[in-house]
Amino acid sequence: MRFGYYPGCSQTGTAKEYDISLRKVIGKLGVSFDELDDWSCCGATSAHVTNHKLANALAMRNIALAGTQGIDNVVAPCAACYNRLVLSQYETMHHPEIKAETEELLSAKFTQDIKVMNVLELFMKIGLGKIIDNRKHELSDLNVACYYGCLLVRPAEITKFDDAEQPVSMEKIVEATGAKTVDWNYRVECCGAAHSIARRDIVIDLSKKIIDDAVDNGANVMVVACPMCHTNLDMRQRAMKRVYPGHKEFPVLYLSELIGLSLGMNEKELGIDLHYIDFKYDGNILKNTVA
Amino acid sequence: MICREAQTRKADKNMSGNALKDTKKLQASFVPPTPSAPDTAQEHSETANQKHIRSIADEITEKTFQNVSLCYQCGKCSAGCPVRFYMEVAPNKIVRLIQLGLYEEALNSNTPWLCAGCLTCSTRCPNSFDLAKFMDAVREVALEKGVEVGERDILNFHKAFLDQIKHHGRSYEVGLVADYKMRTLNLLQDVDSAPGMFVKGKLSVLPHNVKDKKSVKEIFEKTSIKKNQTPL
Amino acid sequence: MKIGVFICHCGENISRTVDCPRVAHFCEGLPGVEYSIDYKYMCSDPGQKMIKDAIHEHKLDAIVVGSCSPNMHERTFRNAAVSAGINPFLVEIANLREHCSWVHDDVEAATEKAIELVRMAIEKVKRDKPLTKIKVPVTKRVLVIGGGIAGIQAALDVANAGYEVVLVEREPSIGGHMSQLSETFPTLDCSQCILTPRMVEVYQHPKIKLLTYSEVVKVEGFIGNFKATIKKKARHINEDLCSGCGLCITKCPTKKKAYNSFEEDLAFRPAIYVPFPQAVPNIPVIDETVCMYYKNGKCGMCVKVCDREAIDFEQKDTMLVADIGAIIVATGYKLYNIDKKTFDSKYKGYGEYGYGKYRDVIDGLQFERIASASGPTAGEIKRPSDGKEPKKIVFIQCVGSRDPSKGISYCSKICCMYTAKHAMLYKHKVHDGEAYVFYMDIRAGGKMYDEFVRRAIEEDQVKYIRGRVSRIYEENGKYIVKGEDTIAGVPVEIDADLVVLATAMIPHDNAPTLAQTIGIPYDRHGFFNEAHPKLRPVESTTAGVFLAGACQSPKDIPESVSMASAAASKAMILFASDTLEREPVVAKVNEDLCAGCFYCKKVCPFGAIEVKDITDVNGIVYKEVAYINQGVCQGCGTCTATCLSKSIELAGFNNEEIFAEIAAL
Repeated sequence: MRFGYYPGCSQTGTAKEYDISLRKVIGKLGVSFDELDDWSCCGATSAHVTNHKLANALAMRNIALAGTQGIDNVVAPCAACYNRLVLSQYETMHHPEIKAETEELLSAKFTQDIKVMNVLELFMKIGLGKIIDNRKHELSDLNVACYYGCLLVRPAEITKFDDAEQPVSMEKIVEATGAKTVDWNYRVECCGAAHSIARRDIVIDLSKKIIDDAVDNGANVMVVACPMCHTNLDMRQRAMKRVYPGHKEFPVLYLSELIGLSLGMNEKELGIDLHYIDFKYDGNILKNTVA
Repeated sequence: MICREAQTRKADKNMSGNALKDTKKLQASFVPPTPSAPDTAQEHSETANQKHIRSIADEITEKTFQNVSLCYQCGKCSAGCPVRFYMEVAPNKIVRLIQLGLYEEALNSNTPWLCAGCLTCSTRCPNSFDLAKFMDAVREVALEKGVEVGERDILNFHKAFLDQIKHHGRSYEVGLVADYKMRTLNLLQDVDSAPGMFVKGKLSVLPHNVKDKKSVKEIFEKTSIKKNQTPL
Repeated sequence: MKIGVFICHCGENISRTVDCPRVAHFCEGLPGVEYSIDYKYMCSDPGQKMIKDAIHEHKLDAIVVGSCSPNMHERTFRNAAVSAGINPFLVEIANLREHCSWVHDDVEAATEKAIELVRMAIEKVKRDKPLTKIKVPVTKRVLVIGGGIAGIQAALDVANAGYEVVLVEREPSIGGHMSQLSETFPTLDCSQCILTPRMVEVYQHPKIKLLTYSEVVKVEGFIGNFKATIKKKARHINEDLCSGCGLCITKCPTKKKAYNSFEEDLAFRPAIYVPFPQAVPNIPVIDETVCMYYKNGKCGMCVKVCDREAIDFEQKDTMLVADIGAIIVATGYKLYNIDKKTFDSKYKGYGEYGYGKYRDVIDGLQFERIASASGPTAGEIKRPSDGKEPKKIVFIQCVGSRDPSKGISYCSKICCMYTAKHAMLYKHKVHDGEAYVFYMDIRAGGKMYDEFVRRAIEEDQVKYIRGRVSRIYEENGKYIVKGEDTIAGVPVEIDADLVVLATAMIPHDNAPTLAQTIGIPYDRHGFFNEAHPKLRPVESTTAGVFLAGACQSPKDIPESVSMASAAASKAMILFASDTLEREPVVAKVNEDLCAGCFYCKKVCPFGAIEVKDITDVNGIVYKEVAYINQGVCQGCGTCTATCLSKSIELAGFNNEEIFAEIAAL
């Protein structure tokens, strides 16, 4: 199985470990990526909140690249990139005037929809059976709070992948690693995302609420599928402790890292040591492991 | 009704010369054509267009492909908004102000800038009004009109971020932070996380460049916002 | 033939764009036209008098009126003609308003078109033949479908007027949703107390044949002469023998095997049950899906304890056929629920309110049961999850209603009132409790309705918050309700013990199926359509089928009852004479020409065409031809257009008449 791959800027910097772990994990599952050549930033929040034409064009530049490089499905592991690519493509394909304008701007032709996938769709497509078949550890002592954040499943009418309010796909994937999932309330709440730098106070408040609810509902680790969420929930915990002195550190993993652990990779291989909040897994090993 | 009320008030003001300072003057943006029975449908629409004063609400509709009147003010958006507590004005009220033509109040508030674009409101809106998209357009209009932005830091962040993209094609965190700090003079903010990031190898000292930088720069040039199209 | 032409100005409606005097003047010179005139209001008394006088004075044989749509005033002008001695079918209407003046601006062109329209009508009227109305007999028996308050009222009204009624109810008992209610707004009188006497009256009425646990499966025929097939589902109880002692129910070992749907699933019931103590008839039903006997052939406890030997495991569904003159449909409503829906459903659920996973997030009917003295909590306000008395309760209005994104655009109309009632009942029972209501608008149009809502707010201190709730989630046994008070412009969060959702009223799932069975139209939601939204609100477009209650649109009790009485009176108007007069505009087969291909039979949308044998003098069939039942034929003309041998003719619209009209154009 091969998929097109649009890493997104974070994967080359703050979310390096997400990129590392994802590539390793899919390799183990017999899947490979064709990285989109010369991909550029999707425009992220900053473009669409200030200039809709710019936002559209920046995202569509990458869709155009996929078209010319013969890639018809692209995995965008960052939820924000995924959302921008999906929404821009939807807008462009549904409004002839935008399509004409964007085509002229980029000197490109959009003839068919490029299937943009998030990391949940990717693992669903690879098949949960593959994870179960290849797992070396059953992560049964982990009680995982699956955090979708806001952009992964929204808007459901356009992303057409999972329920926008009560999604289930991440839980299914996590359960395939043998870990348990907890039912909690903040699965699709927003962490503050782009305000991480300019309004850190907001981000800290929102992220604190999210972590607290996960803890209250019995989680001992949180799993995310978005570099922005991870930055806010992991890195901001240090500042969180200053604002909320009683705050206890809580580990936050990328989905790919969790799967990697169950496939037998260690923390260093997966880049978990790059997190601000330490996480060491010393769980049970499957008795009938294949060496 | 609003239209008539506004006219009466205007008349009152003209006569007395000192209307209450906080009275909002409402104006209908659409003046219906006089029933002069034009011959063809085409002429009819032309007449209508000539009488139509393009308002900010119209500009927003053009940018978003959705009618501002769709919002029926139930407040579900504000009720679910994660950043509602930090906003000066509730999100649904921004729509209301635009509906009423009170653009200054809407554009000057910090609400649009605090909107995180999380789509919670758009997902839950009972009348399928995409408020997140609406907020995008409000901010864009505010920039076009050169309105004083309520949350300068947030705007500076966006500008700094887009500068990196413009020059490198991809986000370059070190450049971004430096640029942002220069803009905000907020030199001490976030210094605690940066060293850690360097140590962990997450921040690279050199920017990540795309090969075809020209094409990205061109996108920025072609889509740049033209300021002050019409006064507010 | 002497023809009179009368051109109406319709105030300014026609004369604004059509030069009426010119039209009248032009017609004067046409062959056959004896007299032509225009007038401001032809439908008015003086206008009609003008027509009558002209008929007498000029000895007219036929008239043409250029006016509004024949839908509006054809009958008026026909009556005028009849009173002056002309056959009503020698009156033609040229529609100068809807077909001309309203849709054009240019006076010159519109006047030309008006002249053309009138000329066509003149050519047609020259060839029109006098027709007489068809008389059909009437079966003076009403079929009422649905035994809720609307059906009960309609049945009683018709029966009390002395006509027979067949009342069909799907559930084991009549009573409908009203029997589930605790108290009713705005008087707060006990719902059961006012309903039960009527239920008993229905049961005992000599003119009413009550068929419970039954469904209408087929309707044939036409107004005055319907034939309805009713499936009487097997109760597994011999109704004639059962005394309703209830011993079988108390002895049934499957005590809590099934959810009690009368209690809105807040309680359980055994396999053999009556829905509620006041049920009419008070005869149990055996639920085959739960009963041990049907599972493994054992048990039979009910048989052992029944000394009247009324239990009959072998009982089968039976089909009954009834001759019916009129049908009153009163099938009511059900409540939308917030559960997750399948992908292809026309509704969406409320994931933001938990898709129904929280046990203490209930709907309005569930709260009715909790507040009802005969309910599962004996009238004490207790929440379903742990039976604790809620100290903080949140009511949310417009859940589903006025929510196009969930699939329902309309207002359910009664929720504002019953929510105020719920909050009031709660405050009356839990004095130290807090009640909050989230609303978008308060729609309390009705006698003493707004006063009722004000009472809840002012006297009972119910806090009304204007805003839709965005989210509900559970935290430590409390339900966090996140809203915004849009009046104050502040976000609000309430940690409620119980949340009551005023969910939308929607038609029953099988409403479209029933509509198709009877042959009546329904809207996109599944509500049955009235014939005219203002002037014919209780009639369906199918003659002889009337509507009552919430099956037509959301309604409260007084509205349903009024509509039921109106529908009953419509049926009784029908029964006032022994025969029915029908328009003679029906198709007729020329049996000599008919080739017996029966294409017409295939295309007839009303099933009016039958096969008729033609026999020789010895009684031997030598030919089959089409025969049109004049009682069923609606005069649509589809058969005429289909007939290959041109052997079907539609009275009043035969080929000669139509061709003459076209030729005149």
